[in-house]
Parts: sequence; C-alpha cells; structure tokens
Amino acid sequence: MKIVVLVKYVPEPTATWKFAPDLTVDRAGVEGRLSELDEYAVEQAAQLAEKGVASEVVFLTVGPAKASEGLRKALAIGGDKAVHVVDDAIHGSCALSTSLVLAKALEKEGFDLVLTGMASTDAELSVIPSMVADRLGINQATFAGELSVEGGAVTIRRDSDVASERITASLPAIVSVTDQTGEARYPAFKAIMGAKKKPITTWSLADLGVDAAAVGLGAASVRTIDVAPTPARTAGTIITDDGEGAAQLADFLAGRGFI
Amino acid sequence: MSEVLVIAETTAAGVRKPTLELLTAARALGEPAAVVFGEASDAVVAQLGEYGATKVYAVNAAEVGDYLSLPKAEAVVQIAGTANPVAILVTSGPEGKDVAARVAVRLNSGIVPDATVVALDGGNVVATQTVFAGRWQARSQIVRGPAVITMRPNATSAEAAAASPSVETVDVAVSEAAKGAKITSREPKVSTGRPELTDAAVVVAGGRGVGSEEGFAVIGQTADALGAAVGASRTVTDQHWAPHELQVGQTGKTVAPSLYLAAGISGAIQHRAGMQSSKTIVVVNKDPKAPLFQLADFGVVGDLHKVLPALIDEVGKRKG
Repeated sequence: MKIVVLVKYVPEPTATWKFAPDLTVDRAGVEGRLSELDEYAVEQAAQLAEKGVASEVVFLTVGPAKASEGLRKALAIGGDKAVHVVDDAIHGSCALSTSLVLAKALEKEGFDLVLTGMASTDAELSVIPSMVADRLGINQATFAGELSVEGGAVTIRRDSDVASERITASLPAIVSVTDQTGEARYPAFKAIMGAKKKPITTWSLADLGVDAAAVGLGAASVRTIDVAPTPARTAGTIITDDGEGAAQLADFLAGRGFI
Repeated sequence: MSEVLVIAETTAAGVRKPTLELLTAARALGEPAAVVFGEASDAVVAQLGEYGATKVYAVNAAEVGDYLSLPKAEAVVQIAGTANPVAILVTSGPEGKDVAARVAVRLNSGIVPDATVVALDGGNVVATQTVFAGRWQARSQIVRGPAVITMRPNATSAEAAAASPSVETVDVAVSEAAKGAKITSREPKVSTGRPELTDAAVVVAGGRGVGSEEGFAVIGQTADALGAAVGASRTVTDQHWAPHELQVGQTGKTVAPSLYLAAGISGAIQHRAGMQSSKTIVVVNKDPKAPLFQLADFGVVGDLHKVLPALIDEVGKRKG
C-alpha cells in the first residue's frame, strides 16, 4: 500500500506574521516550519510503514522554494521520498485552486491512502482534505482521532460535539488526523542526516498539466479586501489574592451580571 | 430578495443554537431558507420561523445519516441548483467543514471557513475572519458564488424575527459514490447536564495548575455554581484529567462565551486562539507572569485551589 502525506510549510506560530502588500501571508519575511498539525499525519504514516501496512510513503507539498525544509523534516521522521510542487503562478491561490493542484499532483504520483493534518496552522481552514477527495472522487474520513488500515479499508474514530463515531472508508481514501493520534517522534541526528539522502522531486504546474491561469491570486474565488489588527483588549484589573481575592472576583462577576 | 441556504442542525431537543445564529446572520444577505435533514417536525419548523426562516427544505432520504458528509453535500448542491441562493451558511465543525468544502468544489464557489461576520457590500458577499492566531481581522469578498461560508458558533447572537416558513419536501437519492465512507457506530455523548461547550454563555476552564484529575474537580464545581460549561487546556486533556472533547484551543473547540474563567492556564498561543474572542475574560493563576493575564479583564494572582472554593462560597452567599 502506498501512502502520500500532504504537508504544509507554514510560518512559525510564535513569530510575528505580516501581510504582504497583496494581502497574502508574507511567507518570505518569516521563519517557517513543517505545520505541527501535519506532523501527526507524518507520524501515522511512519507507524504504518513500520507495521508493514505501507510499502511506500511519499510526502507532498505545494509551496515556495523554502518549503523543501518542511519536506526534509518529514523525511527525518520517516518516509521514502518527497514531491515539491513549486511554481510562482501558485502564489495567492484560494482553497479551491490549491485543492486542484494537490489533486493533480496526487493523480500523477499515485496512491492508495492520503494522510494529512486536520488543518494548517496558518490558514486553519480544514477544508482541503474534503476538496481533494471531491476532485479525485475518493472517500474521505476526516478529523480522525485514531485510525487503522485493514482489508482495503481505513477505519477512524471521530468525535463531534454530540457523538463519537466510527467510520470505515474503502481505499483509495483521504484521511485527516487530529493531535489525538499521538505526538510525532523527535528525529535522531542519524535520521536527520539520512533524510538528506532521500530524493525530493520538483514539479511545476506544467508538469501537472494545470493551466497557470486557473490558479493564483488572479483566479482566486475569494479575495481579501482589507485587514485590520484585532482591537487590543483594554488592560484589566489584576489583584493578588491575600484571602480576599475570591470576594473581589465575586464583586467583579456580580458587577457584570454573571452572579 | 435572494435566498440564503442555512444548513440546520437539529437534535431531539430542537434546533441547535448555532443554527439560530446562522439564521440571524443570513438576514444580512437575503431571505433565510433552512435545510433540515430528516423529518421537519412542526416544532422545528416553528422554531426556524421564529428566527426568520421564510422557507424550510425538508430533505427526505433515510440514508443521509448513515454515511459521512457526502450525502448532505449532494442534497445541498441539488437544492442550490433550483434555489439559486446568494450564499450557503453552515456551522463550523467537522461535518460542517466537510459539507461546505464538497459543496464549494461542486459549485466552483468561493469558500470562507470560520467567519465571524457576513455582510453585503456593494452587492457582494463579504465575510470577516479572525486570522493569525486571532491577531488580525481579514475581510474577504467571495468572487464566485454562491458564497459558501462556515460560521463560528457564538460569533453572533441569535435574535428572533418571526416569519412563517413554507415547507418544501426534497427527495434526494444518495449516490453510490456517497456510500464510500460508512458510519459504522455512533455513541452519543453522555449528557453532563451542563451547557454544551461551544454554545455556553459562561465557560470555566482548567489548565495544568489544577495538578491532577482530582484537582480538576474544582473546575466542574465552579462551573456548576455559575451555570457554566467546563473547558480544559491541552495539557489537561493530554494527561487524561478531562476528556478530549473539553479541550479549548487550536486543536480543540473554539469558544466565544460572554464569560471565560480560566484557572491554572498559562495561555499558550494555541489555547488563546480558541478563546480570545470571549467577551469577558477572568484569569486565576499563581504565576503573575502567565501570558493569559494580558487578556484578562479581571485577574487573580493566587492558588486556584483556594480562590475557586472561596468563589463558590461567595456565589452561594450572594444567591442566598
């Protein structure tokens, strides 16, 4: 069974993010990393390879040149090789266009199972897995808290506000995983060095047969028109408990009608 | 005026509060038309009408609930084909995101997930999102419609605006392709008697500072004193001091209650992303340097195991 893991190279969550003049995320001016939420998918793929369930694990990313650093990190955790779709025309693509590029790349690479994180830590949309599933006409099993693969099908547990469900989807399928599946291992020095020898193939839009006019900022189905900083909260009252802290807190809550 | 499709969520208790919020938000864009899966009882239709639904589409397909998301997406696409709506509103959540994403691909429509505000601006649908871990507000125009928007629960308050909806039964056939992901079991969450975390007006949440599973009990007791839902930081759920469904933050629930009382939570950026839209924030932490104090309207530097029991007593006294 061949697994392709979709990963994203995102701005470091603790860094100061900025908008570029075209109101896209300024990716050039900020430190990046492999999205933490994709690391869980990378780890699941590595475990399925160790169990002998997966015979091949490939990491796939769409992003600027620097995104290859994210692929190296994934390759240090596990996997065999990686594919990097990089093309200046992709800049500013909306979710619809991004899912088109990913779907075409998956078709070209071939797969039985696609794994990815429940969201990226930058855009946090959580819609790409379902969009890719729809474009490829494959099954989806999203927001998996645990997963297992058996007999040509993947089974997941998914928790919602109202129920905990088990879902079985026949392969080929795409599964997005949550942090409930378990932390990714910390790669040892030897694994980091070994990752440098694993091949990364680079594809352009032309390699995928995607028309450059169908993607990018110009073709976006959603366009950011303005951005503004969230108004700062006015500084609150901070007291130190000297035995009267609870009474003062109760006064505050009563004053706002909560008691 | 154009229709705005609102994908309704109902339970045995009636229409869920986030759906009433969608109906309220939809009125800024056009005439709300609710899509109900399964039987649209008189009570459900009346409640949808009370919040402004002028039409109810009752989707009639017994199998819709047996498979993951796709049968609902097919039904919405079918209805959109004849209703020609200006927008389709869905509540953010695992199923809502799945349905919205599939619908957007099939209609080749722009999608804005996790919107907090929707508006018409010069005839265009514009949606506001909180981005960059809550630090910025971005307004986006949907260039190709119908606009597909998932909205965060509690971002707007539900306001009644009575209408008398007509009910249209829609027969849909679940396609073979939509039967690929089968729900093989469903265990309903056991009701705690407390409000649902994402709907609640007041949330009391505990973090690492509670110290243990036993230590977390005071969070529930405080919540009960205030009629609140219980939340937790990721540390607490990772340690199994509280179940995962109570986790507030990037990989858990996003909440925006009137009051968020955080005890023993230092306030990692991932946690703040899930609660910083709360209207009033109270922080109790023995570490005066805890970053969450920066968001606090009222903060108590002190031991939560002393402050919260004393607060419960104070609440009891004041309620008499």
